[in-house]
Amino acid sequence: MSTTATTAPQTAPLATRRRWRLKPGWLVLNSNVLLTFLFLYAPIVILVIFSFNASRQQAVWVGFTIEWYEQMIRDERVIAAAKNSLIIALVSTAVSTVIGTLTALALDRFRFRAKTAFEGAMYLPIIVPEIVMAISLLVFFNTSFNLLDRWLGLTLKFGLGTITIAHIAFSFPFVAVVVRARLADFDRTLEQAAQDLGANEWQTFRYVTLPLLMPGILAGALLAFTLSIDDFVITFFNAGIGATTLPLEIYGRIRRGITPEVNALSAVLLLASIALVLGSVLLQRRR
Amino acid sequence: MGRTADVELRNVSKVFDNSVVAVDDVSLEIEPGEFFSLLGPSGCGKTTTLRMIAGFEMPTSGEIYIEGRPMGETPPFRRNVNTVFQNYALFPHMTVAENVAFGLRMKRVPRDEIARRVREALQLVRLAGFEDRYPRQLSGGQQQRVALARALINRPRVLLLDEPLGALDLKLRKEMQLELKHLQMTVGITFIYVTHDQEEALTMSDRIAVMNAGRVLQVGTPLEIYERPSSRFVADFIGESNFLEGRVTGLNGQQVTVVIDDRVPVPARAQDGLAVGEQVTVAIRPEKIRLRPPGMERTDGCVRGRVEEVVYIGTDTYYLVRLTERCTVRVRVQNSQNRLDSGEAVGEGAEVLLSWVPETAMVLKA
Ligand SMILES: Nc1ncnc2c1ncn2[C@@H]1O[C@H](COP(=O)(O)OP(=O)(O)O)[C@@H](O)[C@H]1O
Ligand SMILES: [Mg+2]
Repeated sequence: MSTTATTAPQTAPLATRRRWRLKPGWLVLNSNVLLTFLFLYAPIVILVIFSFNASRQQAVWVGFTIEWYEQMIRDERVIAAAKNSLIIALVSTAVSTVIGTLTALALDRFRFRAKTAFEGAMYLPIIVPEIVMAISLLVFFNTSFNLLDRWLGLTLKFGLGTITIAHIAFSFPFVAVVVRARLADFDRTLEQAAQDLGANEWQTFRYVTLPLLMPGILAGALLAFTLSIDDFVITFFNAGIGATTLPLEIYGRIRRGITPEVNALSAVLLLASIALVLGSVLLQRRR
Repeated sequence: MGRTADVELRNVSKVFDNSVVAVDDVSLEIEPGEFFSLLGPSGCGKTTTLRMIAGFEMPTSGEIYIEGRPMGETPPFRRNVNTVFQNYALFPHMTVAENVAFGLRMKRVPRDEIARRVREALQLVRLAGFEDRYPRQLSGGQQQRVALARALINRPRVLLLDEPLGALDLKLRKEMQLELKHLQMTVGITFIYVTHDQEEALTMSDRIAVMNAGRVLQVGTPLEIYERPSSRFVADFIGESNFLEGRVTGLNGQQVTVVIDDRVPVPARAQDGLAVGEQVTVAIRPEKIRLRPPGMERTDGCVRGRVEEVVYIGTDTYYLVRLTERCTVRVRVQNSQNRLDSGEAVGEGAEVLLSWVPETAMVLKA
């Protein structure tokens, strides 16, 4: 009795006082986080849940089904759009990874005039509103096609080609940014060690620089792939007739009403994107 | 002699863009098979000198010769030298065996020969069995040895080492010093060794070049550098020295007499070009001085003083002895004989006589 009486008054008020002082801040911060998550993820969660809803009606949960997913993979238009998306993503990723990596290397290794200006200009596609980028690319293609037609008699059309070029244009700066981050903590004495051991410049790049940059390059590639697969605005403006990607297909369907198939399609796209971004983040962390 | 130096620097200077003069008119000749050290404080231009020999930096002026051939703008991969970097610079994405094999792979040596020489090189540095480890799975000392094996496997004419033991703890460093020296004698390759640790340089080198502020101050064997420092900097940087400032009053063959503070005459080793009346500094090492009780004056230059401080450091005892109001000297006496020659202990305040062999005191021009 006497022991509890002497120890309790010493510890209890301290503990309660501290917790009391923290409380308002703690409350605001936590509710803030909660709200953010709610806003961000509630729609996505709802979308995924309703892609498994046995009813065609959106708002009412009837029962679990994977019917919409089955319908989706049997739908030829969906398959065609997915194929287009994949082709565009693969080609644009390959090209923008090469260009982005070379750009990062050039910016890291060489000093040249107007380098800062060039660097700023390169990052522009990252910050310019997508709609502006989309329209400028549209105008660019139109003008070029007109000129080519007039001078060389070449007739070119909008389609997979223009979409791919547009995707390269907006995704290579992202690759460059990721690779440059990797280059920033690159130990140059490793390259000197290679040269010291008899490796010429190409061998040094091939056997030392490239393997060490590879995690960064792959991370950049995954990012480029994700951007390409998900892109809507730029693709929409530069697609022409007949060339449809997954996001365009989803948009086309939504105009005829939100159906469970659209939910299923979106869920798949979402899953793919999350996987790709996760892969990219993990690679960037790798030492 | 007819044989050419392995590495020769002729009036080499390096001025960086920011107009820092890192290396200032350095000339050196390094003989085949020699263990040659560049010794000096941090920032004195050792690394820059080494990097110019390796080909990572080009001299602003002067010329570097390797095996008698001027290097000019020859890139690093065409020079018959290899470097062991201070941080080892092992390739993190390659195993130990792959790291060691790198040089031979670049030269397209046949596979079975590479395998055989990798095995030999790893045995040489006592790392057999570590082939499949990655550098991050090795201790500092092991990484160090991989770096050595990676360089030595190429059988370079010259091996350049930039403070290769700098990152190791003291005990391991001592071990590796002996190991390195032994290795160098086994393989017979010329070593150019950069260090700021004077003890390390004295232990390992055949010859040492002492550098300061981009210049080479003195080149010589460890004995020459230690016993015959030619400048105050060298006398101070390598080992310990007392510096006594005074004026030359007598020249007598092998010996000069320098008067400290116009009062105390001390003997020192004669040197060319000294004149009576000249202002000089006498450098004498603490362990060269003998302490004796007073009353045993001899004519050959004993100096009287009073002990101000006694510091016991285990193997030795230091005595701080005041000669004049402005001048004190440190005396180091081994503790196997920590008593006066007469057998009495020396305490603070004791009157003592200091003497030394004049040969061991160097005269440095002011
Ligand atoms: N790349 C460089 N650019 C400009 N100054 C340099 C460069 N490398 C070295 N220095 C300068 O040259 C001097 C000598 O450097 P260094 O050769 O590294 O000395 P040490 O190896 O003896 O410590 C230092 O003052 C250093 O700051
Ligand atoms: Mg250095």
